[in-house]
Parts: sequence; structure tokens; C-alpha cells
Amino acid sequence: MSHSVIQVEKLGKRYRIGKRLDNTPPRNRVLQAIGNQFSYLVKSLSEPAPDELIWALKDISFSVDQSEVIGIIGRNGAGKSTLLKILSRITEPTDGRVILHGRVGSLLEVGTGFHPELTGRENVYLSGAIMGMKRAEIRRKFDEIVAFSEVEKFIDTPVKRYSSGMYVRLAFGVAAHLEPEILLVDEVLAVGDAAFQRKCLGKMGDVAKQGRTVLFVSHNLVAVQSLCNRAIWIDSGQLKDAGSTADVIAQYLRTSYSSVQQQKWDDISAAPGNGKVRLRLVNIYPEDEAKAGIIDMETPIAVETQFWNLAPNARLGVTLHLYTEQQVVAFTTASSADEKWGGQELPVGLYRSVCHIPGNLLNSGNYRVTFLIVQNSDTVIYRHDDIVSFEVQDLKPRMGQWFGKEPGVVQPLLNWTTDFLGAGASL
Amino acid sequence: MSSSSFTSSTAVAGDDISKERRLASLVIQRSRGWGALGLRDLWEFRELAYFLVVRELQGVYRQTALGMSWLFIRPLVNMVLLTVVFGGLVKVPSDNVPYPLFSLAALIPWGYFSTAVMRSSRSLVDNAQVISKVYFPRLILPLAAAISGLVDLAASLIIFMVAFVIYRLPFRWEMLLLPVLVFLVLAFALAAGLWLAALSAKYRDVSFALNFLLTALMYASPVIYSASLVPSSLQFVYQLNPMTGIIQGFRWALLGSGDAPNIMFLVSVVIILLALVSGAFIFRRTERSIVDIL
Repeated sequence: MSHSVIQVEKLGKRYRIGKRLDNTPPRNRVLQAIGNQFSYLVKSLSEPAPDELIWALKDISFSVDQSEVIGIIGRNGAGKSTLLKILSRITEPTDGRVILHGRVGSLLEVGTGFHPELTGRENVYLSGAIMGMKRAEIRRKFDEIVAFSEVEKFIDTPVKRYSSGMYVRLAFGVAAHLEPEILLVDEVLAVGDAAFQRKCLGKMGDVAKQGRTVLFVSHNLVAVQSLCNRAIWIDSGQLKDAGSTADVIAQYLRTSYSSVQQQKWDDISAAPGNGKVRLRLVNIYPEDEAKAGIIDMETPIAVETQFWNLAPNARLGVTLHLYTEQQVVAFTTASSADEKWGGQELPVGLYRSVCHIPGNLLNSGNYRVTFLIVQNSDTVIYRHDDIVSFEVQDLKPRMGQWFGKEPGVVQPLLNWTTDFLGAGASL
Repeated sequence: MSSSSFTSSTAVAGDDISKERRLASLVIQRSRGWGALGLRDLWEFRELAYFLVVRELQGVYRQTALGMSWLFIRPLVNMVLLTVVFGGLVKVPSDNVPYPLFSLAALIPWGYFSTAVMRSSRSLVDNAQVISKVYFPRLILPLAAAISGLVDLAASLIIFMVAFVIYRLPFRWEMLLLPVLVFLVLAFALAAGLWLAALSAKYRDVSFALNFLLTALMYASPVIYSASLVPSSLQFVYQLNPMTGIIQGFRWALLGSGDAPNIMFLVSVVIILLALVSGAFIFRRTERSIVDIL
């Protein structure tokens, strides 16, 4: 019964970028500018050289069925916004075509067409008209828009007197009441406070429930995970992957790591350390085969360390300090807790100590690990800051309408009990 | 395959759109050749034109002490200046009509023309922000700019009427032809605006050149002097400037001075129409890549 409302066929968009200037000294550049008075004219009339052209999008094909909510993910500059610009007819493709069935509304940037001197009321009508609404339609929804934006008191004040929050709320209010069959959304989550973001996403969810189709571009993977049934991943202008949201996000995360999860030194003479100890390996990995290398909040994590003990019968132990991005120590932990070798004298040789961090403990975010070797439980004989780092992803679909990061270094799963203590409120 | 992207949808919130509504389809692809003007799309967005005109008018005069009276001050001051300098000092012959009325009859179309060309030629660059964020027929922008200038025209017409009563001139039936003349000056201003707006998207030189181009055109049109001063050997070339015919038309209709519209007036009309149609097509062609070059 569902049929495709958006059909993208071999879509491509080519841009002309300026030629890179040579690194000539500034003085020559001034002379150059005087010498090439008509350089812009010459450039605009001549055919572009091949190295001046870049493909922002190339050979993109996919189709979207009615009432699907599709997430589009990818790094900055991957071509996501170019795709939305083509779909909303702001710019024409160079190659290929798109077939759309239904009215397209876009929330590419809210507040387009607002005039600072005009009042909120006047701007609602103006901005609505720019987005293709009829005057009667705007009049019918006017009260709803104003109530949604919470600016009732200031509706007849020029918008230049608005706070930035009020401005954005009113602008989004207009856009959210557009009721198109196809809604394109680009990073609305970046605006407004938490409560308003919740409202916006709720509105988006409603749109989807009414049988409309939503294309949602976002960096907030939690929001994409929770709102979208399918996702498309674009990387440097090309379609990398499309499919179920969880799969595409996993694929995307796997290749987009910037963290160093493993460091290894096979040659003992080149390994970091000193006369007493040498490091062989530090490796962080999820202790769950099914996660295929991705660490999310539910995953148990193992921190494996290997070191050579060079001093006979030294009483050594590994200590780890886990730092958050804000330089806060999340916790410290030491291998002296180990029952077998903890606090024992170690013969010369290679040792492996593994620390197990349970799942449902760390909050999402980036963590860095500092590695220490401690002798006799009180003397640090070797320290290596930031030896490895990793990111904990939040991929739990949420029921509510809040997709931001919860505060706190840890996010443990705790037991709760609630009991019914009797009816009646008068005590 | 319909090229109109917007159905006249009046969906009430919450209704099930999947069943009854036949959805209009739209194909987005690279357009080649000259293509169509997209007048139907333009009609769909007629209310936007209205709001843009309102924005232009309300926005400009907000937070000014004199408000809308600026509409009257400008033509009035222009008329006084021309009367003092050219009527009083230089003593330019004015076809036996009091010089204030003589100059005002020309300032009605000329004042409108220069404002409208200025505004519409800037309309694309000024609205670059909006253009790069949302789709609507871009033709709306220069059109709304040209139309909003009509308020200035109306204001100077009111001043003329007051002067007309003060000088106790007789009513002329030819005045009823005024709407035709207004339409012509609107069409010519829009034509020039379309050409210049399209050009200025690519070459900002236009804004530098425009000021002195307008001044040159003013001297090439009978604004401060009478067309009868131009030697007859030059008359043919002189009349090719559509503003000459239009200004003469205004003087003739309002004051009965100068010649009635003749064959050269018809040539002007043809030139205006050619400029308008070619301007619209040039504009549409530029529009395609506008977001990428603005």
C-alpha cells in the first residue's frame, strides 16, 4: 500500500570552487591583484578548469516511501545539506533527477524572511507566505502558531526587540505548522532550550504519525535512532550505506572513529617505559561480540594492558585513571584488587592485566585513559597520560521527546522500588 | 507531468492525507535551454508578492519621525529644487505651463522609474539570505519591488492634484488615460529591473554603474526640459528612449502640453514589451544557478 514519495535517481551536484593561490609572498599578491584587474570577468567567462570543480554529490540514488522517517547522517561537508537544498528546489542538480509526490516543506533554517522592523504578527504572515502557505491557511493556524511559540505578549512588537529565543520559537512555530506532505528538517535541534527542543521533536513525531514523510538531517544520533526507521549515510558526496537505522549508525560509527583504542609495541627496546617496566599493549574493546567493535552505554568494556616487568620480584600494580572530556576523573582503579597477583611480588616477565568495566555504568561521551605502574602501592614508577581514548555512544531508543545528553559522569542502571501507601491525599 | 509543485491543499491538522489526496508530482532536474517563464507558479505565490510589497512599505518607514510623509517630501523637494534652478534661474522654456506643474508631471513617472529600477535591481542580492534557504518563484522579488514603488507614484500624483487645484487648471478627459501610462512605466521599470537584477547577481558592478546610468538617462529624457528643445535631426533617436514617450504622455494627459502620442509612442511600447519579455527570460535563466553564485 505504501508507494514511494521521493525518488532520487543518480543525483549529482557539481560546484565550482576557486583556484588555490600559490603561496606567494603578500607583497607579490598585491601586485598580482593590480595586474589582474579583470580576473573576475575572465574567470566568469571562461570554462572552468578541471581542478576548479568538485562534486558535492555524486550518483546518489534512493527512494523514500510514504510516512517513512528517514535520517540522513554523515560528517560535516559530506553533502547532506546539498541534498536537502536540491530536494527543496533551492538549487538545481547537475546530474540525475528527483521525483517528488506532494508539497515539500523545509526547515533548513528557521526565521527565513523575517524582517526585523515588522511585528511578530506581520512576520508570521510574511514568513508563512514565503514558505508557500496561503493567507487563509495562516489565519486559521495563527493562534496555534502563537501559542506554540509562547510569544503571545509580544506578538505586536517588532521582532528586532525579541530575545533570540523568542525569535527562534516564533520562526519554528510558523515552519512547524506548514503541514507539507514531505518535511525536510536540518538540525533544528541546535536551536532553543531543552524544553523547546522537546516540543520541536514532538511536533516532528506528530508529523510522521499523520502519514507524512520526514527527511531528518542531524548529528544527534540518539534523535536519529529514536525517530527514524531508516537511515542514509552520505560520505564525501556519495551514498555509503542505507538501511535500518541501527545498522547504518553502527556502520557509520565504525569508520568514523577518531579515538585511539589500541596501542601496541612489539619491540621491547622501542616500547615506552624505563629500566623497571616496559609497556607492550593497551587495548580497549567491548566485551560483547555482537557489538562488533562499537561501545555503547550498555556494553561491558575491557581495558587490556600488557607490560614487561624487568626488576626481579618487584611488587607492581597497574592503575588506570579514566578522564572525561571536561578533565574530570570519572574513577580510578588498580590491579591490586586482583585476587591472584594483587599485592604479590612479580618475577621478571610479561604480564597481562585486564580491567572489566561493566555495562550501564558510564555515561555517553569521550573518555581518555591514563596508565600508571605503581610499586608497593605507593610509588608511581611509570606514568603515561592519555594512552588510549574511546567514545561511549548513546544508542538507546528513548520513549520521550528528549534526545540530548543526560548530565553526569556515570549513568548507572539502578534499582528502584515504588510502593502504594494508600488512597487519599489528605494526611 | 505537472510542473506545479504545490497543490491547493487545505489539509486540516490531523486528517489522513494518505487516502484521498491525489498528490501532485514534481520532477527536479537540470533545466536546459531557455525553458518556460513559470507564470503559473508565480500565480500560486501571488499572496507572497502582496506580503513583500507590504514589507517593503512598512519596513522602510518604521521608526522614522515623519513616517509615511517621506513619500510626499521627496517629490515635493525635487519639484521645488527644479523649479528654483531651472524654472527660476536658468529659465528653461516649459511649453507655456507653470514650471512647477511642468516638472511635477515629469517627476511622477521619472521618480517612480528611478526608485523602482533601484529597488528591483537590488532585489536578488538583498534577499540572498532568503533565496538560499527556501524556494519560491524568484520573479516575485523584482516584481514586488517594482510594484511597491507605485506608492511613491501615487504620492506624487496627489501632490500634482493639489497643485492642479491651486493653479485652477481645467479638468481634461485625457487624464483618464493615466492608468495606461502608469502600466507602461511599470513595465519598463520592471524590464530594466529584471535585466539588472540578473546581471548584478553575477557582477556587482551593476550597483556601481546604476547611479550614473540613471542620471544619464534622466538627462536623455525630457524631465527638466521640454522635448521640443531637441533638434529635429536628433528627434528619431531621442524618441527611441521609452522614457521620452512616457514622460511626454504624462505631460500631454495631465497638462495638454506637447504632442499627443503618435507613431513613435507605439515604437516605445514595442521596445518596452521586448525589453520586458527578454528580461524575464534572462532572469529565469540566471535564477537556476543563482544560489550557487550569489
